[in-house]
Amino acid sequence: MEIIPLGDSALILRVGDQLDDAAEETLNEILEVRDRLEEAHIPGVIELAPAYITVAIFFDPLSVINDGAEPDRVIELLIQKIRESLPPGERKRRKKAATRTVEIPVCYDPEFALDLEHVARHAHISPGELVDLHSTADYRVHCLGFTPGFPYLAGLPKKLATPRRATPRKEVPGGSVAIGGAQAGIYPLRSPGGWNVIGRTPLRLFDPEKDPPAVLRAGDRVRFRAITRDEFEALKQCN
Amino acid sequence: MQLNVTGAGFLTTIQDFGRVGFRQFGVSSGGALDRHALRIANLLAGNEENTAGLEITHGNVRVRFNDERIICWCGGDYDVQIGTRLIPAGHSTLVSASDDLSISGPRHGCRGWLAISGGINVATVLDSRSTDLRGNFGGLDGRALRDGDIVPLSKNSERANVWIDNLRTERIAQWSAPQTWSQTATVNPVLRVVRGADWNRFDDVTIRRFTSEAFAVSTDSDRMGVRFDGPELHRNDDIDLVSEAVAPGTIQIPPSGRPILLLGDCQTIGGYPKIAHVITVDLSIAAQLRAGGHVRFSEVLIANAHRLLLERESELERFRVGLSLRDS
Repeated sequence: MEIIPLGDSALILRVGDQLDDAAEETLNEILEVRDRLEEAHIPGVIELAPAYITVAIFFDPLSVINDGAEPDRVIELLIQKIRESLPPGERKRRKKAATRTVEIPVCYDPEFALDLEHVARHAHISPGELVDLHSTADYRVHCLGFTPGFPYLAGLPKKLATPRRATPRKEVPGGSVAIGGAQAGIYPLRSPGGWNVIGRTPLRLFDPEKDPPAVLRAGDRVRFRAITRDEFEALKQCN
Repeated sequence: MQLNVTGAGFLTTIQDFGRVGFRQFGVSSGGALDRHALRIANLLAGNEENTAGLEITHGNVRVRFNDERIICWCGGDYDVQIGTRLIPAGHSTLVSASDDLSISGPRHGCRGWLAISGGINVATVLDSRSTDLRGNFGGLDGRALRDGDIVPLSKNSERANVWIDNLRTERIAQWSAPQTWSQTATVNPVLRVVRGADWNRFDDVTIRRFTSEAFAVSTDSDRMGVRFDGPELHRNDDIDLVSEAVAPGTIQIPPSGRPILLLGDCQTIGGYPKIAHVITVDLSIAAQLRAGGHVRFSEVLIANAHRLLLERESELERFRVGLSLRDS
């Protein structure tokens, strides 16, 4: 475990160098680190943000100093406190109940699935087989980023891995379900983007008026369920 | 209790200190790109430091009030006027109902912050009134202000009411904030940086270029980040890095080699190498970089960054005490 500064007001804690085949294990470790740091309430720490193999720890240097740190030793003191709150060999086992499974309905209608044929051709399969593969796999949210509420999902069947578009689209519609390299994701909001769009969900994945504002959270399991255009329109009405 | 926007300018948004605690949902910290300037302007408008005000980019803004307010602005080298009377930066100023407040384009720098006593009273979204232009929430309908907008204000604080009475004749207060706080634009500034996680992925020659040459600010810059046209910096390896957190101040080097200095509306995570980070006290200067300008970077230790922050905070505390003596 390595802890390095991210500027003068944050630290990055890394549990590895690369995202290897044990991605699931790494994710569990990251979530555990986050939970433990949340419980530790280290004075001056204001925000934690997990991503793949890291947890970013944002702090207010002045609060850390007010809490008794010498101005020259803020980083040292914080790293010490972080390590103390993560004792090795004492890992509690995450309860299974803590991992939620969220079902995301997806309509693969050609009007929404701008790149479905391209991805199918790339994988040498039919569009129908692509939909089957995509909607029967198990995914897990590694982190949210890019835009508010955008989930980076691991678990895409290897066959469906497709390079990002050479030229990103200026505008990808909100709800677009997409593939970028070996990752799956969903654009919650209309935004520019270079991933291959293969469908659209009627769910509103990000709503700043709600608490929490995002439907998904790092660690969640995700399943896609194929729906018809009629179901899409009906669900859109309720959202 | 409102502000009428008669000229919205190039990009004017409602901002406070931004959001804390929502990065895990992909929400940027956002907020005023120079929080320190906003807090000084707020203090001099009789407000709490985190009160929502206007962030003005490239000026050409006109607003009108419908009651008496104390205002104060800080930031780039703007001409701010009531009618024909110039209002210097960092001075508490009384504006009356139907006064026309105009803000010209800046001679230097690119952003300014206008605090209004009482503060802007739009709804809080995710604990902040700041406009998030990427997520289209916060501020006024999640967007930049437009001509004809009506922006609601809260009622004046008691402190502001005392100042309103005291300023009836002179209009512009004699006292002011230190000029280094209220006028933050400098020509070809030097930004102090601490090393980033990927500093060692660049060889000595490249690091020397980074810390000695002048970088040209690109036109392709916004609230998400400042892009530079050059010189280009290339790293030694081409290992694919795993995306991780980035923050305002982070300097990323994309494959083009042209650095990007991230600002308040930046994404929460990124996968480009991080060569360095601008220190917190210098984000005020970073917020003033504009196309055509040049900037240099100079390395300091994190301990220095923290000491500078502490010094500024101590000065600010003395300033607050001084200000409270003006209430009677």
